[in-house]
Amino acid sequence: MQPLTLNKVVVRCGILAVVLFVVVVVALKFGAVPVSLYGLAKGLIGVLIGRSSQISSEYGMIIREIRLPRIALGIFVGASLSVAGTSFQALLRNPLADPYVLGVSYGAAVGSIVALVIEPHIAMRPEIAAVFTPLGGFLGATLTISVVYLLGRYRSQLDSKTLLLSGVIAGSFLSAMIMLLITMLPSSSTRGMAVWLMGDLSTPMSPILAWVLRTGFFVFFAMIYLTASDLNLLLAGEREAMHLGVDVRKVQLVVYLSASALTGLAVSVSGSIGYVGLLVPHVMRMIFGTDYRMLLPAAAFGGAIAVVIADTAARTIAAPSELPVGAITAIAGAPLFIYLLRRRLA
Amino acid sequence: MSGSKGTVMERGAQDGARANADARLSIEQVSYAYTPNPSQAPVFTLEATSFQAKAGEIVAVLGPNASGKSTVLKLIAGALEPLSGRILLNGQETHLMEPRVRAQRIAMVQQESQLLFPAKVWEFVLQGRHPHGKSLRFETENDVAIAKAALGDVGAHHLMDRLMDQISGGEKQRVILARALAQQPTLLLLDEPTLHLDIGAQVDFLHTLKKLTVANKYAVVIVTHELNLAGEYADQVVLMQKGKCLRVGTPVSVYQRDLLEQVFQTQLAVEQRVNGRPRVSVLEKSE
Repeated sequence: MQPLTLNKVVVRCGILAVVLFVVVVVALKFGAVPVSLYGLAKGLIGVLIGRSSQISSEYGMIIREIRLPRIALGIFVGASLSVAGTSFQALLRNPLADPYVLGVSYGAAVGSIVALVIEPHIAMRPEIAAVFTPLGGFLGATLTISVVYLLGRYRSQLDSKTLLLSGVIAGSFLSAMIMLLITMLPSSSTRGMAVWLMGDLSTPMSPILAWVLRTGFFVFFAMIYLTASDLNLLLAGEREAMHLGVDVRKVQLVVYLSASALTGLAVSVSGSIGYVGLLVPHVMRMIFGTDYRMLLPAAAFGGAIAVVIADTAARTIAAPSELPVGAITAIAGAPLFIYLLRRRLA
Repeated sequence: MSGSKGTVMERGAQDGARANADARLSIEQVSYAYTPNPSQAPVFTLEATSFQAKAGEIVAVLGPNASGKSTVLKLIAGALEPLSGRILLNGQETHLMEPRVRAQRIAMVQQESQLLFPAKVWEFVLQGRHPHGKSLRFETENDVAIAKAALGDVGAHHLMDRLMDQISGGEKQRVILARALAQQPTLLLLDEPTLHLDIGAQVDFLHTLKKLTVANKYAVVIVTHELNLAGEYADQVVLMQKGKCLRVGTPVSVYQRDLLEQVFQTQLAVEQRVNGRPRVSVLEKSE
């Protein structure tokens, strides 16, 4: 009997942080301008420990202005989607739940597009304007998960297959809405259809939006992590959790809203990158087990690592053209989804 | 038992848990109506029901299907709010308790639920420590000691490192009981705990339960279909039919042939054994 301790969680997260660092360095190397791996690592560590203020000047500009912001975006988008997926899996008691499969990502995309369209027509202070799109994404995500949840209930029981089907149908309906909106609207106010449907990290973000994404991630991750022990019990069912002292309604509300907010944040800046919330928690469960106190931070690091790798592949596989990052995650994620579904049915 | 480690309640006494000697559950004129659609008449009503359970005592709630047994148990557990009447555990109404406080005092043993991901037996038993701490918590050495003692108490120490879905039905019920003991409750509720067990495992389970009830002074309410096992192990039985509480008393006083035949709609014979406990047998149905 060796229960999980805070020490174990910290040590394992440290290891994952090192893996993430290595992945970031390698990802920084890839691109049109050749960069030395050794010089990069040295430069980055120098900046991290505060010995130098910036990376070597030869390629410093490209790294700082182009590659690093894009990788940072990938880190927070990946972590948000992965944590949202892990959370939905506990709440819905379904290991196949993921913001993309449940249609929540598309709901967030519709919300973001609507917000982008409305934004120029309302006079707002710039700080509010910066959170307006993520807020639209959050509302779209919350509304979608509520509808999918209600459709997934059958005779007041949550039915796993009905839930997934409802998610797929909601996703198909919402992706049609995205196409309709993008086609009807002037192209200057929103990004392209492929971005919203497949996900893309190439569009630069304003510094204030980057700040909202980072802060939002830490706040909502913290709110979900505080319920990690409760989520462990919710995996056994609502009644069971209640008898073990979990305030079920409160935990569900906090985690639904936080996971929807993470999805809304991620989608509003990068579009609907699929399967991250499915693929990453599954791999992390195989490595670290099912305890949510370990799984949630592991999923955050794993999501970051996965999206940075996927985006690097998207940038380089068909260079000089670029694939949307969601194409890479779907190529890896869809077969895994089928495998998990078959195993569950067996 | 758990040898040098001490029983789960001794462990409890070490960390200052309350003594159970004065535990008392009283159900006072409790009624309930189950109405899925507010505009329609209730589909099930529980009429005013009263009984008590004292420390060290097993109360068995008996009756045919849809007699209201499980509703009574849910009301006691605080999962439902009574329409009228009160359910008091040591003077406090159970449905008004904070979920965490309630789980420190009341433990529920249900028929096994499906686990989404396989858990080890020790992980499962440690869940019983959840109410004794903050929302986000990491188990302490004391929690581990209590969980080990609880496994020892139910004779399942050797199963500790097995997976929950790889042990037998009888073993699983013992482990679920161990988790309830790890909660260090004053009141133990059991919902048909022997339903899927063979007769040997049933007797084993109830024997362990009886021993622990007396030793740790739990007040116990158990819902069951097993007339004979209830007659053997319960101190009091509550007989229910169609939402009515028909009789409360010792097994011998309640197990009367006419009454049981009327409730269960079949011909029965009731005899008293040498130990003073009643035994019910089913007679051949006459055409």
